[in-house]
Amino acid sequence: MNIEESKDFLVSTASLKEVRTFSRGVFEKINLPQDQKDELVLAIAEAAQNIVKHAYKDIAETSDRMEIKISLKDSDLEIGFFDKGKAVIPENIQHRKLDDIKPGGLGTFFIKQIMDAAVFKKDQKEWVNHLVLTKKI
Amino acid sequence: MSYKVTEEGNVSTVFLNGEIDMDVTEKAKEVILPIVESGKEVHLNLKDVSYMDSSGISVLIESHQKALEHNTKVIVKEVSKSVLKVIMMAKLEQILNLE
Repeated sequence: MNIEESKDFLVSTASLKEVRTFSRGVFEKINLPQDQKDELVLAIAEAAQNIVKHAYKDIAETSDRMEIKISLKDSDLEIGFFDKGKAVIPENIQHRKLDDIKPGGLGTFFIKQIMDAAVFKKDQKEWVNHLVLTKKI
Repeated sequence: MSYKVTEEGNVSTVFLNGEIDMDVTEKAKEVILPIVESGKEVHLNLKDVSYMDSSGISVLIESHQKALEHNTKVIVKEVSKSVLKVIMMAKLEQILNLE
């Protein structure tokens, strides 16, 4: 089954619920165990949260929008995130050590746990950041 | 997210309901942390929490740590299956007081 769906959202924490609703709607069309769908929705929501939290850090309100594109080709799932926030330096992204118990720093860890790969690409002129999450499903 | 708080002796039970993400964590902290800081034991009932992300996990960690500072405890009760999975993914099942 091949699918390609995209949607844009206001860059805001208030959009996170809408991001999950969109993602759940797409995964409804794919024959996967519910647990795996839930994990994928979590990974997408964490990546969207990272845009709000990090790419738009110190920006209280913005009218900018972020786009999420979910594509499935055969068994290759690819999820693209596009934003116009501050440029991400991939080398600076690190999740906290799990034994260092403190609030925060888990979102990126969850993404890495759930997905096969997370790569920032420099292939979009109209966007600043383009994160691509992939997973063989 | 919605919530309800019940009191019985020195125990306050906070029933959280709905989805807990970054958009509602401040609200959750505003409900939970003042009770913890008052020295009461807090039972966080999560049976009706259908979704929790890393922000929600941060609230659980902060509540737990705040309780240790105030010589009390936060017990996380009736964790829904989906939330338990996220807690386990964060390897916190041995750190948080789960019942």
